[in-house]
Amino acid sequence: MTNDQNRPFREVTAAEAVALARDGYRVIDVREQSEWDSGHVAGATLLPLGEVSQRVAEVAPDRDTPLLLHCAVGGRSGRAAGWLAELGYTNVTSMKAPIGHWKEQGGEWEEPRQLLTPAQQRRYARQTLIPEIGQEGQRKLLDARVLLIGAGALGSPSALYLSASGVGTIGLVDDDVVEESNLQRQVLHGVDRLGMRKVDSGELTIRGLNPETIVVKHAERLNADNVERLISDYDVIVDGTDNFDTRYILNDAAVKLHKPVVHGSIYRWDGQITTFVPFDGPCYRCMYPTQPPDELAPACSVAGVLGVLPGVIGMLQSNEVLKLILGAGETLAGRLLMFDAMGTSFDEVRIWRDPACPACGEGVEEGVASGAPVAAGA
Amino acid sequence: MSTIRIPPVLRENTGGSRTVGVVGTTVAEALDDLFAKHPALRDRVTEEGELSRFINVYVNDRDVRYRDGLETAIGADDTIILLPAMAGGFR
Repeated sequence: MTNDQNRPFREVTAAEAVALARDGYRVIDVREQSEWDSGHVAGATLLPLGEVSQRVAEVAPDRDTPLLLHCAVGGRSGRAAGWLAELGYTNVTSMKAPIGHWKEQGGEWEEPRQLLTPAQQRRYARQTLIPEIGQEGQRKLLDARVLLIGAGALGSPSALYLSASGVGTIGLVDDDVVEESNLQRQVLHGVDRLGMRKVDSGELTIRGLNPETIVVKHAERLNADNVERLISDYDVIVDGTDNFDTRYILNDAAVKLHKPVVHGSIYRWDGQITTFVPFDGPCYRCMYPTQPPDELAPACSVAGVLGVLPGVIGMLQSNEVLKLILGAGETLAGRLLMFDAMGTSFDEVRIWRDPACPACGEGVEEGVASGAPVAAGA
Repeated sequence: MSTIRIPPVLRENTGGSRTVGVVGTTVAEALDDLFAKHPALRDRVTEEGELSRFINVYVNDRDVRYRDGLETAIGADDTIILLPAMAGGFR
């Protein structure tokens, strides 16, 4: 260890520096951003030489904090150490050695993170420009797993736009085959797919749009027996089911497994959408505690539905999914958004967690399996 | 006059109208005026004089369950929203 009387700081070898860092010295990297990006000491803070004097207090408000400075070979860190000593820092050390020695001595090192491949950087360039997304956000999307319950009217727009946006894994739950009367709104499918399973047709379309998307096909109908298996591997669930039984079954399992559900429903010219985030906001049972009779809730096949309506609602669902994955913006948790296509108007009402809710209310311990399914009419 | 928004499943009972203007100082009075104008709605919105369990009622954006129920006061500029659950999705 060098103890030059003329220097108010110490200079150390790489091996000594590694030991000091392990002893709790705060490590300051005075190189430039581009050098840092090619790999850096784990736990270090980047304060480039031109900024270190102004910004050192961010890292060490207390001037007695033991500091270990380094750069590429020890020149810049020696200068910076001198400045910090002049500022009154009492325990400043500079590593006088090439940074490669740090690695050879087994010092903690963080390799550069390759967030996106060059092809991904090109493909998602317009999206990574958005400050709330960037390459890190795009990486989150690529790592995300989203399950679409239904590859039909509401599932179609979500499947198309989520795969285009780079959501890495999309699961499709649907046991139906493509029929002619689907095509007016289920744009995931086409005339050349009539009779094909919707999960197979959906996979073809998605892969054509984005070959990188992993499509997981679940050619089954969601029920109380398979719901937990189906949803457990996913980060976000998009609910585009067509009946109340399924919605309650999905709700109860999602609350139990803490899975956010983006809910959409459509009827003729009207659509509704909200986001259920278990225990952070209300769930489906808080909003609709009791299953309505059939005459209040006819299915699309009986009542009809405008073709573009699931497009509008499905897009809003996709938007919710992206925000949930990115952790950005405000979701519809606690708000029900209603779209009236006839009047081209939106209404919004607040929905609250019901303390008496059998799925997520008081007495239902968060994160604890409730045992018997509470689904009504299941 | 307050406004009641009629959900799509109930519009057959209002001749297709999406909104109905009503008078009243509480939700109950407003609904009575609605039923006077469209008698067939009474049986679809209420059960034995009580609000149906299947229909949520909001004054502006607030659920009356968390206010004063049918006695929730309303003003002339308020909008009452009747909201039954909708099931429609992918089929």
